[in-house]
Amino acid sequence: MMDLHFWLPVLVLFTSLGAAAIIFWLDENNSRMRSSINLAAAGIKILLVIWILVGVSQGEVYETRFTLLTGIDFVLRADALGVMFAGLSSLLWLFTTLYAIGYLEGTPNRRRFFGFFSLCVASTLGIAFAGNLFTFLIFYELLTLSTYPLVVHKGTDKALRAGRLYLIYTLGGGVVLLAGVLWMHSLAGDLSFAATGQLDALLPEQASTLKWIFLLLIGGLAVKAAMVPLHGWLPEAMVAPAPVSALLHAVAVVKAGAFGIVRVVYDVYGITLSYQLGLLLPLGIAAAITILYGSLRALAQQDIKRRLAFSTVSQVSYIALGISLFGPAGTIGGLVHLLHQGLMKVTLFFCAGNYAETLGIHKIQQLNGAGRRMPGTSLAFTIGALGMIGLPPIAGFISKWYLATGALHADMDWVLLVLILSSLMNAGYFLPLLYRIWFCPQQGEWPQERVLGRWDTSLWLLIPPLVTASLSLLAGLLAASDFSPLAWVQLVTTREYLP
Amino acid sequence: MNTFLPYTLAGGALVILGLTGFILHRHLIRRLLAFNLTGSGCFLVMTGLAQQGQGVDAVPQALVLTGIVVAVSATALALVLIRRWYHLTGLTGLPEDIEPELQQGDNPAEGKTQGAPH
Amino acid sequence: MLSWLTEGPSLLPWLVILPLLWSILSLTAGQRLQPLIATTAVGLILLATLLVLLQWLQRGDHFYSLGDWAVPLGIRLRLDGLALLLLLLTSGITSVCTLHAGRYLQEYPRAKTYFWPLLAFCWAAMNVIWLSADLFNLYVGLELLGFSAVGLVALTGEKKALAASLRYLYAALLGSLAWLLGVALIYGHQGQLDISSLALTFTDSISGQAALALMTLGLLLKMAAFPLHSWLPPAHASALPPVSALLSGLVAKAAFYILVRLWLEMAPDNLTFSAAQLLGALGAAAVFWGGWMACRQQQLKMLVAYSTVAQLGYLLLLFPLTTGTGEEATRLAWEGGWLQLTSHALAKAAMFLAAGNLVLAMGRPDLPGLHGAGRYLPFSLLGFGLAGVSLMGLPPSGGFMAKWLLLQSALLSGQWWWILVLLSGSALSAVYIFKVYQQCYVESDNPDRFRQPALVLDLSALALALLALALGILSAWPQWLISTALPGGAA
Repeated sequence: MMDLHFWLPVLVLFTSLGAAAIIFWLDENNSRMRSSINLAAAGIKILLVIWILVGVSQGEVYETRFTLLTGIDFVLRADALGVMFAGLSSLLWLFTTLYAIGYLEGTPNRRRFFGFFSLCVASTLGIAFAGNLFTFLIFYELLTLSTYPLVVHKGTDKALRAGRLYLIYTLGGGVVLLAGVLWMHSLAGDLSFAATGQLDALLPEQASTLKWIFLLLIGGLAVKAAMVPLHGWLPEAMVAPAPVSALLHAVAVVKAGAFGIVRVVYDVYGITLSYQLGLLLPLGIAAAITILYGSLRALAQQDIKRRLAFSTVSQVSYIALGISLFGPAGTIGGLVHLLHQGLMKVTLFFCAGNYAETLGIHKIQQLNGAGRRMPGTSLAFTIGALGMIGLPPIAGFISKWYLATGALHADMDWVLLVLILSSLMNAGYFLPLLYRIWFCPQQGEWPQERVLGRWDTSLWLLIPPLVTASLSLLAGLLAASDFSPLAWVQLVTTREYLP
Repeated sequence: MNTFLPYTLAGGALVILGLTGFILHRHLIRRLLAFNLTGSGCFLVMTGLAQQGQGVDAVPQALVLTGIVVAVSATALALVLIRRWYHLTGLTGLPEDIEPELQQGDNPAEGKTQGAPH
Repeated sequence: MLSWLTEGPSLLPWLVILPLLWSILSLTAGQRLQPLIATTAVGLILLATLLVLLQWLQRGDHFYSLGDWAVPLGIRLRLDGLALLLLLLTSGITSVCTLHAGRYLQEYPRAKTYFWPLLAFCWAAMNVIWLSADLFNLYVGLELLGFSAVGLVALTGEKKALAASLRYLYAALLGSLAWLLGVALIYGHQGQLDISSLALTFTDSISGQAALALMTLGLLLKMAAFPLHSWLPPAHASALPPVSALLSGLVAKAAFYILVRLWLEMAPDNLTFSAAQLLGALGAAAVFWGGWMACRQQQLKMLVAYSTVAQLGYLLLLFPLTTGTGEEATRLAWEGGWLQLTSHALAKAAMFLAAGNLVLAMGRPDLPGLHGAGRYLPFSLLGFGLAGVSLMGLPPSGGFMAKWLLLQSALLSGQWWWILVLLSGSALSAVYIFKVYQQCYVESDNPDRFRQPALVLDLSALALALLALALGILSAWPQWLISTALPGGAA
């Protein structure tokens, strides 16, 4: 059994690494084999993650550790927080893969796409299971490398430009993060995420150094988490194919940044130390600014994907905001939003992709009457959008509820104001879309209509958003049950606060 | 003052002379000759310096012998290359800067010096 | 077997004799027999390398006196952890290059006759340098290496290659002369040339300083340190790909290896703080200048060659980071520096092989020729891409581990300016490597112009690139090997 505990995290990574290797090896035209391998790997990965999930909930420890260099260990460790992110990633990977198979059918370079797609998921899971800062850094950079080919996939000038911008931001962020990790390493040695209070001994002499390191670490992570003013790459990266946008925005990249911030605050510094050093308030303010700024910019966008992108900028910072509220309720709100936002945002991007793919709709004005032509997609879109606004009983409501409670507990009333303002703006940029979809009559021809099957569009494209939409509905409805994301987040929070 | 000092000094002078030639000249053969001159200077310094006041030391002799062999091979290799270069381009010196030429193609206009290699 | 390993005769001289034999045989044998001889020779050399490794594991560092002549007169070969690492690296990379060349030279039948003898000669010269323990032997090794390398560059007989090889030859000759003059001064002053004996007696005198300065200058010229680098890019770019791989991967490192032996082993007390900083500054200038020039290149192989200039610059940071920086920082820098050399050797060799394959497949040498390569040449690109990851120092690769150690050392010794150099150098390399990558994603309007390179060509590039990557995960063993050779440190 010991052996299994050692190998299980590696095995989870290897399901997608192996899939990537096989896919690169396969012939470009062998799409059936490629799809089977993709789906099989995604399925196996989910089973493995569930296995780990059950084990972790019973207090088991899964850890892979070996020495890379003297004093530097490579550690994969499945703890409650990591499993949470891993569960989200592997679940959404399955749906995104299904979607991507349908979306990219008949287009060139699919081997490259799916190969890097799998690599990207492997790095995301590596980030989830990373057991120390060094391992985290490795997978964080690997994620940059594996997403670049996806961003420039189309090979147009615009895509190349977006890719360049993406690299400048993320590699720059990577360098800053590297500097932070390095400094921390030389100060405190190999910091494991499992231990707590490792930095307490450095107080009070090193307090200012610790603050600088915190700035470097968060600065590096904030690039991927798209916090203002480091968010510039995200709207530009919208040129990528829809499954990539879904992946970048809902799961892999932005969440990796947000997840990293969670790790740094809870598992490197510890929430108490962060509070004592006075690091939480600036983080909270930065998050609040991002939330408001993102929503404002979203209001002004006329392109659907760009509006969604700015909405992501805004929504991801809810996570950082939740963390910066000192207290369990805020933490629950932030972490559960990581899951809920993932489900809802991926739904929205799937739908946006469907509109573009089936009807050629890219602009908001073109949406008029889309609900009658594509009822399934529009239903999913509606659920996702309402969830984003925070309407009960959809998942988004739960996150906002806990965030608000957390703000009250922490005596940070201004956060409430931010939440209310942002929800208003959410409504402001989503409701007009819904209005156009359902209540406006169609005007003229669709820009570029294609008939794909009997339903709205092909089933590959239709089923994933419907499933993720229902999942986000269920996550809200069944929040009180033992199997909901909320229940797991509460488990995580208990473990973080009562070590 | 011993009998070997003049050798050392002469060697030093040859080295300086040779180096100056090596740097100043553009003609490939001249540079090669300058190299040989410098080499001989080095050998003289080696034998000269090593033997002040200790009688005859066999080691530097052996070293210099090896060095001469190496220098001869170097000269041979350089001559082969220069010959080929001259046949291909008709130039006796290297074009001043190779990099722009590499990007643009052939026919370097500069760096042409007078005289044939042999 | 075990007793033979501990007590049997040392196999060190065979590492030189075998390639020399190969060289002579294949020169006389004629084209038909050359592949057979090459295969046998490479097999035997690999076997000998393996046995030497086993012998070292059994008996540790040791010397071998050629012909049983004692030190002042005879020549000793010396094997320690560092020399062993370089021997292994040389055997590995050169045999892969041989494999690649065996197929690639079918495109250049004219070059075949002299390629094999020169390659074998080059191999012998490198092994001489790694194993040499005295200054004059190093001179001979340097000269032989220079000659064979120049010959290899000139092989194609094209104008560009000839000009580059002449320039290379003259730089090499000038460098050797400086070295020889230094040797003469040292012998005149100390009466011996054995490095480990000199380490005990080397004193701070004017002639000693002058000798060190001359030798350093010669070596800097030979390793193409900034600003003496201008001969390197044309030479490395215009040679045949397996030759470029060998030159950039290994040959360029020989001078650095000697430089380290010279300063850190023979005369560590003579290396003042400012001299070490100066060497580091030259390295930093190379990192920036090489990187900048690489960014500006339009030819694939020129870009890769300028990247070599930049990457060699990192090696020079070893000097400021090991001079007066305390035990821990010195150890980290020592390990990081050599790990950087190892990973760069593998990655750059892989990259040149892959670049050669790409140029062959595209039929043109410039970057826009890569348009469409992403679709039609994925395999050749993979090798290039993976090698690039290591060159940029992104995890998980050997290059990342090396930079991590160097960064840590710089941080520990409080020399923050080297941190800036390392980080911005990495960023610069990302710029020029992604400049290549992004060309591959552009679709081509004419897909038929590509010609698939043979599988073995792609595989050999890929193998080296994967090794460079694997070094990121498996660096503990090389690290230990390097640490045993730390000068003045406990083995």
